[in-house]
Amino acid sequence: MKFAIVVFPGSNCDHDAYHAVRHVLGAEAECVWHKDEDLRGADAVVLPGGFAHGDYLRTGAIARFSPVMRGVTRFAAAGGPVLGICNGFQILLEAGLLPGAMLRNRSLRFQCEQVHVRVEQSDTPFTGACRIGQVLRMPIAHGEGSYYAEAETIARLEAHRQVVFRYVTGAGEVSGEANPNGSVAAIAGLCNEARNVVGLMPHPERACELALGSADGLALFESAVRAVAGRTAPAGSRV
Amino acid sequence: MAIDSAVLERHGLTQDEYARILEALGREPTLTELGIYSVMWSEHCSYKSSRVHLKTLPTAGSRVLQGPGENAGAVDIGGGLAAVFKIESHNHPSFIEPYQGAATGVGGIIRDIFTMGARPIALLNSLRFGSIEHAAGRRLLAGVVAGIAGYGNSIGVPTVGGEVEFDESYAGNPLVNVFCLGVVPARDIVLASASGAGNPVYYVGAKTGRDGIHGATMASAEFDESSAEKRPAVQVGDPFMEKLLLEACLEVMRTDALVGIQDMGAAGLTCSTCEMGSRGGAGIEIDVAHVPQRETGMTPYEIMLSESQERMLLVVHRGREAEVERIFERWDLHAVRIGEVTATGRLRVLHRGEVVADIPNRSLTDEAPVYRRPIREPAYLADARTLALDTLSPPSPTDALYRLLAYPGIASKRWVYRQYDHMVRTNTLVPPGMGAGTVRIKDTPRALALSVDGNARFVYLDPAQGARLAVAEAARNVACAGALPIGATNCLNFGNPERPEIMWQLAQAVEGIGDACRALDIPITGGNVSLYNETDGRAILPTPVLGVVGLLEHADRVVSRPFKAAGDAIVLLGGWGDGELGGSAYLKVVHGLLRGRPPALDLARERALQLLLVEGATERLCRSAHDCSEGGLAVTLVESCFDSGLGLEVDLPAASAPDAPAFREPATLFGESASRVVVSVDAAHLDGLLARAAAAGVPAAAIGWTGGDVVRIRLDGRLVVDERLASLEAAWATAIERRFARTAA
Repeated sequence: MKFAIVVFPGSNCDHDAYHAVRHVLGAEAECVWHKDEDLRGADAVVLPGGFAHGDYLRTGAIARFSPVMRGVTRFAAAGGPVLGICNGFQILLEAGLLPGAMLRNRSLRFQCEQVHVRVEQSDTPFTGACRIGQVLRMPIAHGEGSYYAEAETIARLEAHRQVVFRYVTGAGEVSGEANPNGSVAAIAGLCNEARNVVGLMPHPERACELALGSADGLALFESAVRAVAGRTAPAGSRV
Repeated sequence: MAIDSAVLERHGLTQDEYARILEALGREPTLTELGIYSVMWSEHCSYKSSRVHLKTLPTAGSRVLQGPGENAGAVDIGGGLAAVFKIESHNHPSFIEPYQGAATGVGGIIRDIFTMGARPIALLNSLRFGSIEHAAGRRLLAGVVAGIAGYGNSIGVPTVGGEVEFDESYAGNPLVNVFCLGVVPARDIVLASASGAGNPVYYVGAKTGRDGIHGATMASAEFDESSAEKRPAVQVGDPFMEKLLLEACLEVMRTDALVGIQDMGAAGLTCSTCEMGSRGGAGIEIDVAHVPQRETGMTPYEIMLSESQERMLLVVHRGREAEVERIFERWDLHAVRIGEVTATGRLRVLHRGEVVADIPNRSLTDEAPVYRRPIREPAYLADARTLALDTLSPPSPTDALYRLLAYPGIASKRWVYRQYDHMVRTNTLVPPGMGAGTVRIKDTPRALALSVDGNARFVYLDPAQGARLAVAEAARNVACAGALPIGATNCLNFGNPERPEIMWQLAQAVEGIGDACRALDIPITGGNVSLYNETDGRAILPTPVLGVVGLLEHADRVVSRPFKAAGDAIVLLGGWGDGELGGSAYLKVVHGLLRGRPPALDLARERALQLLLVEGATERLCRSAHDCSEGGLAVTLVESCFDSGLGLEVDLPAASAPDAPAFREPATLFGESASRVVVSVDAAHLDGLLARAAAAGVPAAAIGWTGGDVVRIRLDGRLVVDERLASLEAAWATAIERRFARTAA
């Protein structure tokens, strides 16, 4: 199992994602520079957080034109698992791999804090190791994380079960206060219709070790390992 | 242009200084040369008023790898690694333009760290504002915090701690002191030195504009009504450019193609060229026509003095140019060759081949003017040190406690640190607000605990003692985390040094810092001096800020502020104190007074306490530890409950307070006697801890227990505070947010 971690100029959670999958999870991982189209035979791709290209113009707006995104788009079209975290999620939105857009946080300020999200769907490559309804504790760190899409799009997302994570209280309830940034329908993370491309604003890679406050985020990466094993090996051949 | 007294005044140079320039050059300077001298001899770059005092600070120690004089200091943290760190001020720009002033302060200190070859892994800041009851104060606080966040978050260096204080004296002159720490293998430390005649000199980074010209000179003058018009002298930061520079420079440093490197901070190209040449005993010759410029028609004077941000100067081994250029190209940066190293020891500046400046380097650096300015004990002290408590009537302890908890200097700073990415790089073991900011060092068992502290009220009342207390408090804070203090950096924020009273405060404070650092075995490896912090002739409170680095051998044994479990014993380490209220937050917040004498400090006892705290953490005895500082014992106890969901019940002996019997309770609860820490310990380990304390000569007393949802404090058995924890915590947690919410409504 090998993860490709895409490095854009201005990515700053690339080391953290690498550390989580390589040193905590023990999978293979390789950083891929944004000017390369080749994903080096990776089984899953992570678009990490940060400020790609300074987030100038609009978050993710320039990054979508990096050569690596052609490789990512092809990989996704072939059903490969792609995870966009924070800025990576914003890039997936700009690239049209996921629907909707990000607005500034309701507070109009950058917010870095622990939040709770509820797993809404377990049939994606990044939530297969979770239960539906499971509450995960992970940090957010963003200024533009208020998810927005028109009502029809939201309806379609709900109808196709594409909302993967929602902001909730510790007890798993959706509430205004538990929604840190004013996202529509408390959406913290989504998948595409094919379910292989997942984006979320919270940082699972920052929540992989108890010493850092939570290890709940590890489930996303473990899910990917499981999903890839399921794709590449005939059912029942792996323990 | 003739150089007359008006020209000299505009350049902040005296007639005597001009005479020295004539002597150094043996002729009249060109205007470009005059500009170069003016910035290099400014207070900001030359430390001409403070240098004689700073020389007395202890800078050596067995762990010191780099003392003052380079871009930052460095200490050995074991395992072949060095911690590189420094604190710097960006006060003047932050008043004029809070967001950019603070942002570029962060950018500047990060450059200082990676210039040494270290990857920056933690930021802290120490901020001072006027009251946030006023819109102007809130605007400055919001702008500065957003600027720090905007830069630090984007570049991906976590802000893991800091402090914010408020006093009217900062209303027209806020303080923005930023600390950065990086880590590098000790053998890979890079120095800012130029050598090897014929080696090429490269410029890389942002283009040069007219921003920031004479920034260093501005930071060396007082503010008056016209200061708002100085806005063009404040630079604009580009954290994305700096992120590219950071990664590219670290990559270049991993080759051995580099001779030396320095960032262009204060005094820009001028400072970097002459300092690099001077350190290496070499000269540098550049042609400013090769300097990338973003504005047209810039003169050599403007190019040399510009303080445009995110620019670096590199000296590369001849023959290795292509390798270095290739690395920068990969990051879409263009390294431009602007000159070469010479053997002349001179800074020679050409403009399209024509010489516009030719100056002996040393006359700009080591031989810059040094002043032993007159000092005089200020007249205010005699009165300010008297404190007639018997003329005051104290409110009830509970009332005073609520007022202290809601005072912005003591209240939770969540509104502030929530805007900082304090987790990026996934090393943060103790986040802001939970104790000394602590980051683990990946691939080692170690961690570093960091704290920045300063109590200007104490310094105002007794500069030497206040400075000793600042060192002790910063060191005690990292010791509370279980870390051994191993190095410090200081930022000295004072008024106009040409006033003998201000100079006295500075001299006394430096003496106090030296005393405490020697006694606590914490060398000072560098720092920064910010003078002329005055507006319309009124100086700020004298504010030395200490940044202390502590080393934890076992990252997993770090100790944080909140209580951890119900039924734990609460122990006061360090003794009851003498109920000292002089200069306390209690007097300021409850009685509106800045009076009295700061608390006594026994440095040997302080050292013993700190070593005991390190031992207590290493042996896993202490489950929480919190330093007694602002607000005294009562605030420390209650803060230990916050974020834990655990109340407490304690019984304390009341202080004697013979002069003012009515103040026995406030003195016990809110007095700020030094060298005290509240720890919690598993009941099974209580005797062990008390025995170790006794062996170490540290007074220790079990005062009560954790648990429940109520805070009950007794004095000599009499209940004086009996409040629901949730109610106290609400007052503390939302005090700053409430002040901003009121304005939004």
